Amino acid sequence: MLFLPELTTLGAGLVFFFFSLGRPSNDKVQKSAIAVAGLTLLISLLCVRSEGTLFYGAYQVDLFSQLFKVLIALGTLIILLFSANDAGVKKGLQAEYYLFLFTAVLGLMMLVSSIELLAIFVALEVSSFAVYIMVPMRKNSITSGLQMEAGIKYLLYGVVATGLMLFGMSYIYGLTGTTELAKIAPALSKVYTQPAAIVAILLVLAGFFYKLALFPLHFWVPDIYEGASNETTAFIAAVPKLAAVALLIRMTNLVTGPGMVIVNVLGVCAVLSMFYGNLSALVQKDIKRLLGFSGIAHAGFILLGLLTFQLTGYGTAIYYIVGYLMMNLACFLVICSISQGGKNVAVEDFTGLHKRSPILAITFTVALFALAGIPPFVGFTGKFLLLLGALKQGHLVIVTLAAINTAIAIYYYLSIVRVTFCTDDEDRGAVAINPLMSTLSVLLMLSIVVMGVFPSQFIDMAGSALKLIH
Amino acid sequence: MDQLLINSGFPILSVLTFLPLVGALLLLPLRSEEWCRRVSLGFTSLIALLSLKLLFGFDKTTAKFQFVEHKVWIDTFNINYTMGIDGISLLLILLTTLIMPFCVLASWSYIKTRVKSFMICLLIMETAMVGVFAALDFVLFYILWEAMLIPMYMLIGIWGGPRKIYASIKFFLYTLAGSILLLVAIIWLYVANDHSFFIPDMMWQHYSVTAQVCLFIAFFLAFAIKVPMFPFHTWLPAAHVEAPTAGSVILASILLKMGTYGFLRFALPITPEATVILMPYVLWLSIAGIIYGGFTALGQSDMKKLIAYSSVGHMGFVTLGIFVMNVDGIEGAILQMINHGITTGALFLCVGMIYERTHSRELLSATGIGKYMPIFITFLGFFSLSSFAFPGTNSFVGEFMILSGAFQFSTSQNQFPYLALAAIPGAVLAAAYMLRMLQKIVWGGTNNPDLAWLRDFDLNVREIVTLAPFLFFVFWIGLGPQPFLELMHTSVSELLTQFDLHQTGAVAAAGLLGN
Repeated sequence: MLFLPELTTLGAGLVFFFFSLGRPSNDKVQKSAIAVAGLTLLISLLCVRSEGTLFYGAYQVDLFSQLFKVLIALGTLIILLFSANDAGVKKGLQAEYYLFLFTAVLGLMMLVSSIELLAIFVALEVSSFAVYIMVPMRKNSITSGLQMEAGIKYLLYGVVATGLMLFGMSYIYGLTGTTELAKIAPALSKVYTQPAAIVAILLVLAGFFYKLALFPLHFWVPDIYEGASNETTAFIAAVPKLAAVALLIRMTNLVTGPGMVIVNVLGVCAVLSMFYGNLSALVQKDIKRLLGFSGIAHAGFILLGLLTFQLTGYGTAIYYIVGYLMMNLACFLVICSISQGGKNVAVEDFTGLHKRSPILAITFTVALFALAGIPPFVGFTGKFLLLLGALKQGHLVIVTLAAINTAIAIYYYLSIVRVTFCTDDEDRGAVAINPLMSTLSVLLMLSIVVMGVFPSQFIDMAGSALKLIH
Repeated sequence: MDQLLINSGFPILSVLTFLPLVGALLLLPLRSEEWCRRVSLGFTSLIALLSLKLLFGFDKTTAKFQFVEHKVWIDTFNINYTMGIDGISLLLILLTTLIMPFCVLASWSYIKTRVKSFMICLLIMETAMVGVFAALDFVLFYILWEAMLIPMYMLIGIWGGPRKIYASIKFFLYTLAGSILLLVAIIWLYVANDHSFFIPDMMWQHYSVTAQVCLFIAFFLAFAIKVPMFPFHTWLPAAHVEAPTAGSVILASILLKMGTYGFLRFALPITPEATVILMPYVLWLSIAGIIYGGFTALGQSDMKKLIAYSSVGHMGFVTLGIFVMNVDGIEGAILQMINHGITTGALFLCVGMIYERTHSRELLSATGIGKYMPIFITFLGFFSLSSFAFPGTNSFVGEFMILSGAFQFSTSQNQFPYLALAAIPGAVLAAAYMLRMLQKIVWGGTNNPDLAWLRDFDLNVREIVTLAPFLFFVFWIGLGPQPFLELMHTSVSELLTQFDLHQTGAVAAAGLLGN
C-alpha cells in the first residue's frame, strides 16, 4: 500500500517496454497510456492517507508526499489527454516515449518521498534522464534537428547542475556525518552560519533551482521549450516543477534558523528571476519560449514563499505551484490544440481565435490573465498571498520589486490576449476540438477560478501536510 | 468592530453585486441577440430597482457603515468578505446601478457584432463596480478593483474604434501599473494592523509620518491615475475616443469616480498627517488639471476628445474639493462626482447618437445639425449648459460648493485666496469650449455639410427614454440638491471631525519640512 503509486507507474513503464518490443498501433498505445495514467491517479488518490517509512528510513510516505504524488499523476493524465493526437513524437517511437514518460513520473514520485540525500539523488536522476531522452524524440521533419540540439543542451546543463548538487551534498555529509535529512537539520543548526554550510545548502538547492528553472540556473529553458515537442514541453513546464518545489521545501526546512546570508541569496535569486524572465518574455514571438521565460519569473515568485522560512509561506508556495500547474496546463492544452501537425506555435497563430474556437480562446484568456496575476484567478491569489507572507517577514524591498514585476509581465500576456480576442483573420480556419477537450478546458478554467476565489481549502490542506514534515 | 451597524437581514449589497454576474451566466446559453439585449436590460433594470432599497433603508443620522455583511473568507490570513456602505459610497452605488440600464439601451443598435459577449462584459463590469464601492475588506476591494480591468479592456479592445488596440493596452497598463504599489501598501497595512484587512480598522491609526507619506504616495499613484489627475491623464482621451458609447459612459460616469472615492475612503482616513503635508501639491495639481483640461478641450475637433479633456478639468474640481478639507469642499466634491457622472455620461450618449448616424465624431462633420434634429439639440443644449455649470443645473451647485470650500480653505490658513482664484478661469474655459461645440453643432457656419437627410432620423423613443432621466437629474440636483447633500452630510462631518483630531502631529512635521 505504501509503495503502490510508484509500483503502478513502474508497471506502466514495463507495459510500454513490452509494447515497444512489438509493433503496436499508435491508437492502442495512446489509449493504454491514458488508461494507465488514470489508474495511477486513482491509486495515488486511494493512497493519499497512507503513512510510513520504507527502505531503512530513506523513504517517507506521508500526506505531504502523497499529495504531491496525486498532483504529479493528475498533471500527467491531463497532459496525456490533450496530447492524444500526439503529432509531435517520431513515428514508431510512441511506445518508447511513454516508457520514458512513466519512468520520469516514477522518478518524480520517488523524489517527493525521499528524505535521504542519496535517495534524493537517485530519484532525481531517474526522472531527469528519462526527460533528457524524451526531448529529442520529437518528429524530425518539424524542426529540422532543433530537438537534438535541445536534447543535448538539456542533458549537458542538467549534468552540471547535478554535479553542483552532489558537491553540495558531499559538504553536508562532511559537516554533519549523515545523509538523512532528519538528522542533518539538528547537526547543521550548530554550524549553519559557517560559509561551508551556506555553500553546501546553496549548492544542493541549485539542483532543484535547475528543475524549477530559477535564475541563475534558468538558461536551458527557452531552447529546450522551443526544441521539445509541445507535449513534452507541457510536461517539463509543469510536472517536474511540482517535485522541485516539494524538495525545495524539504531542503529549506534544514535551515532551522533563517541565516541572513541564505535569505539574501534566495531573495536576490527571486528578484533576478522575475526581472530576467519578464523582461525577456517581452520580446518573444514563439509562444513556448514566451511561456518558458514567464515560467522563470513564476519560479521567482515561488521562491518568495520559501525565503520566509515559515509554514504559511511554504503552504502558499505549494498553493501557487498547484495553481501554476493548472494555468500552464490550460495554456498548453490550447497550444497543442491549435498547433498544426505538432509544429511550434507563434503568437500570431492565435489571430482571431475567438472566432475559430471560442472555448479555446476563453480558456487561453483566462489562463493568461491568471498567469499575469489579475484577480479573481488563482494567479492573483497566489501572488498576493506570497507577497503577504514575504512582507510579514519584513522583506519590503523584495515585495515591492516583485509587485513591479507584475506590471511588467502584464504587457506580454495582454499582447497575446489582444491577438486572441481583438483581431480577426479570415484565412485561418476553425480549430476543431472534440467534446473531451472542451470539457477538459472548462474544468481547467473552473479550477483556475475556484482555486482563486476559494483558496482556503487548498491552503489548509497544504498546511496540514506541511505540519507533518516540520 | 464598533463602526459596524447591521440594519438589514437581507444581504442587499451582495445581491446587488452578484446579480449582474448571474445575469451574465444566464446570457451564456442564449442564441438570439435580441434576447441577449432584453435579458441584460431586464437584469440591469431589476438591479436599479433593487438598489432603491438602499436609499429607503439608509439611516442618514449615523456615520457608521450600514447594510453590513460579514463572512469569513480565507481564515488563515484573516481575509473576510465584508461589505457595507456609508454616506460617501451610497450615492456612488446608486449612480452605478441607475446608469447601467441606460448603457444597455445606448448599445441597443450601436453594437452590432458579438452582442452576447458585449452584454456579458457590461454585466461583469457592473458586478465589479458595485463591489468596489461596497467593499469594506481591503482584499475584496483590490480584487474587484483589478478584476474590472478585464471587461473594460475587452469593451475597448473588441468594440472600439480604429486605434482600439493602442487605447485598450494603454488603459490596462496604466491603471494596472498604478495599482501595483497599492497592493504593497495594503499588505503593509495588514501587517501594521495586527493582521487585519478590515478597512475601518486601518483608519485613524497613528502610523509614523514617514510610513504615512509612503502609503499616501502608493494611494496617490493608484487613485490619481484612475481619476485621472494631471499629469497622469494621458490614457483617458485615448480610451474615451476609442471606446464604444457604453464604454465611454461607464468610464466617465463610474470608473473615474473610483479614484476620487479612493482618496476619500483610504487616503484621508488612513494617512491624515501625510495628507496635510502633501495637500498643497495635490491642490495645485488639481488646479493644473482644471486649466490644462480646459485649454486642451478648447482645441479639440473630435467631440469625444473634447468631452474627455473636459473630464480632466471637471475631475480637477473634484480633487480640489476633496483636498481643501472642509464640509463644503468635500460635499461639493461628492456631489460633483455624481454630477459629472450624469452630465458627462449624457454627453457621451449624445455623441454616440450622432456617431451612429453620421459615423463621425468630428465636430466639422456634425455642424448645423440643429436645423434637422430639434429633439436631439434640446438635450444636447441642456447637457452642455450643465457641463459648464450654468446656474440652475446640477454642476453649478457642485462647483459653487467646491469654490466656496476653496475660499474657506484660504481664509482658514490666513492666506490670500490664490487657490480659488486660480480655479475660476477653469470655469470660464468650460463655458468657452462647451459653447463652441454647441454653437458649431446647432448652427455651424456658412458651409455646413449637407445633413438634411437627418431630418427623418431625429431621436427615436428608445433614445429619448435613454436621455430623459439624465435631464431630470440635471435639474433636480440643480434646483433642489438638499436631499442628496443630506445623505452624505453625517459621514462627511464625521470624516472631517476625525481628520482634525488626527492631523495634529502633521502640522509640526510640515513646519519642520518648511524650515
